[in-house]
Amino acid sequence: MSTGGPGAELSIETRGLTKRFGQQLAVNGVDLAVPKGAVFGFLGPNGSGKTTTIRLLLGLATATGGTMRVLGEDMPRKLADVLPRVGALVEGPAFYPFLSGAANLRRMDAADPYGSAATRRARVQSALERVGLTHAADKLVRAYSLGMKQRLGIANALLAPRELLVLDEPTNGLDPQGTREVRSLVRSLAADGATVFVSSHLLAEVEQICTHAAIMSAGRLVAQGTLAELRGAGQARIRVLTPDPGAAAQVLTGLGLTAALSTDGRTSGGAGSGAAGSGTDAALFASLPAAPPGAAAREDASSALAVEPEAVVAALVAAGVRVRGFATEQASLEDRFVALTGEGFDVVQ
Amino acid sequence: MLCALAAIPILIAVAVRVSSAVPPGRGPAFLDRIAQNGLFVGVTALVVSVPLFLPLTVGVVAGDTIAGEAGQGTLRYLLVAPAGRVRLLIVKYAGTALFVVVAPLVVALTGAGIGAALFPVGPVTLLSGDTIGPGEAVVRLLLIAAYLAVSLLGLSAIGLFISTLTDVPVGAMAATVVLSVVAQVLDALPQLEWLHPWLFSHYWLDFGDLLRQPVSWDSFAVNALLQGGYIAVFGALAYGRFITKDVLS
Repeated sequence: MSTGGPGAELSIETRGLTKRFGQQLAVNGVDLAVPKGAVFGFLGPNGSGKTTTIRLLLGLATATGGTMRVLGEDMPRKLADVLPRVGALVEGPAFYPFLSGAANLRRMDAADPYGSAATRRARVQSALERVGLTHAADKLVRAYSLGMKQRLGIANALLAPRELLVLDEPTNGLDPQGTREVRSLVRSLAADGATVFVSSHLLAEVEQICTHAAIMSAGRLVAQGTLAELRGAGQARIRVLTPDPGAAAQVLTGLGLTAALSTDGRTSGGAGSGAAGSGTDAALFASLPAAPPGAAAREDASSALAVEPEAVVAALVAAGVRVRGFATEQASLEDRFVALTGEGFDVVQ
Repeated sequence: MLCALAAIPILIAVAVRVSSAVPPGRGPAFLDRIAQNGLFVGVTALVVSVPLFLPLTVGVVAGDTIAGEAGQGTLRYLLVAPAGRVRLLIVKYAGTALFVVVAPLVVALTGAGIGAALFPVGPVTLLSGDTIGPGEAVVRLLLIAAYLAVSLLGLSAIGLFISTLTDVPVGAMAATVVLSVVAQVLDALPQLEWLHPWLFSHYWLDFGDLLRQPVSWDSFAVNALLQGGYIAVFGALAYGRFITKDVLS
């Protein structure tokens, strides 16, 4: 599942990255590869090791094992050289409540030895402008709402031109406008050539803004690649809308597919979707299995699928099934996510 | 906190002013001298605040250094900025040291000021029997403040180390203050005499030498050496701890 060709420049590269807390392996042999210029979605359920990985990358915690390279430099050996080129929002914003937003940013900038004092005010001003906080710049952070603090945290990451931005749950607590602004902000940062590493559990958000993604589960990296690769690895399925579900199911079974009547409310047929009344269509789903590797596909050798969708339609029509709708659906990132990380609600121990 | 410290001499001066004359030999040292010479308010206030009040404020400041940032979550942003762990530790200790210098100074100067306002000011008789003018007396007062500043540097290094151990600032503050009290209790037990020269609080009240003519610097030097040792040991411990600490707050 490599991304880009061999030799493609990577902004973040880890090999066997491991972090152990006592008995628990919080991060377990993670091999991340974040290409330069990518908007990289870092997904995973709560407690899967996302934030711990970010802490390791930023040198806040020491890895138990493995190697890291960030912006082409060995970490944590070159920490002091790399961090000024990295903007970060780690596990929520944190500020001094008794200082104003602008004063907080000035103080944080003063902590950066490369943050020139001469340009500090201007840079703070423009960072605040970028997140839409100019009018609240002189308000005490104590009086900020959660979303305003979040915006201030993003502004803090933007105090200097950065080559890499590590944003941990950037839209946490933001209103819909704020979420949209963050999305366009991330896009504009990427357009400027920066690599953006976004950790999130909001799949829809990742699908909208990211070019690449990785999925963590229980400390392990279970999938990584471009968004298309990740989705494509999931099974495609067909959806047949027909008033003859019984006959259609027989045809599908004959083709070696397992048909299932829709159980969720996605059909427009109303409550009695199983009834074969002529006005009511039932929706049948069947997943299209990939061709067994090595074995030549029946009709089209170049196809990755064991059964072509058009062959399914032909067979249905030949059997006299009234097909009123037919669609092939690509697995969504959410399907893939759930398949990899499990359905349950329990936090993985 | 500096205001609270400044309140001590004011409290003493006002209490002495509104009450009748203090009988000699009662209350804290030099209390009976205040009514004759206002400058003694500063000395008395320093003596009163050495056992608890000054260590308390130093413990609060030193305990808050790293743990306060960690508890607030700003520590991770300072480190990512990147402030650099060694640089951050040095800056934090320098800030604490500045407070340690200013705190006794505030007590002494407020004391001298309020004393001069409420009582007559005159020549001061030293412990050696010599008499010096008010100007020279203020210099001696500043010397005592400097002595106490040096005395508290060791405690602030201990506080800095404790602060690197926890993410809960109140815990670090309390531990530092408790340690200073424990050290003074141990110092009061004759059975532990062998330990006394090694306690950071042992020389805290030995500034009497500065009230002689000529000034004897012996206790100042011994105290500075001891405090320097504490700074070296606990500074190294704080460094060793903080440089490898996983910042998870």
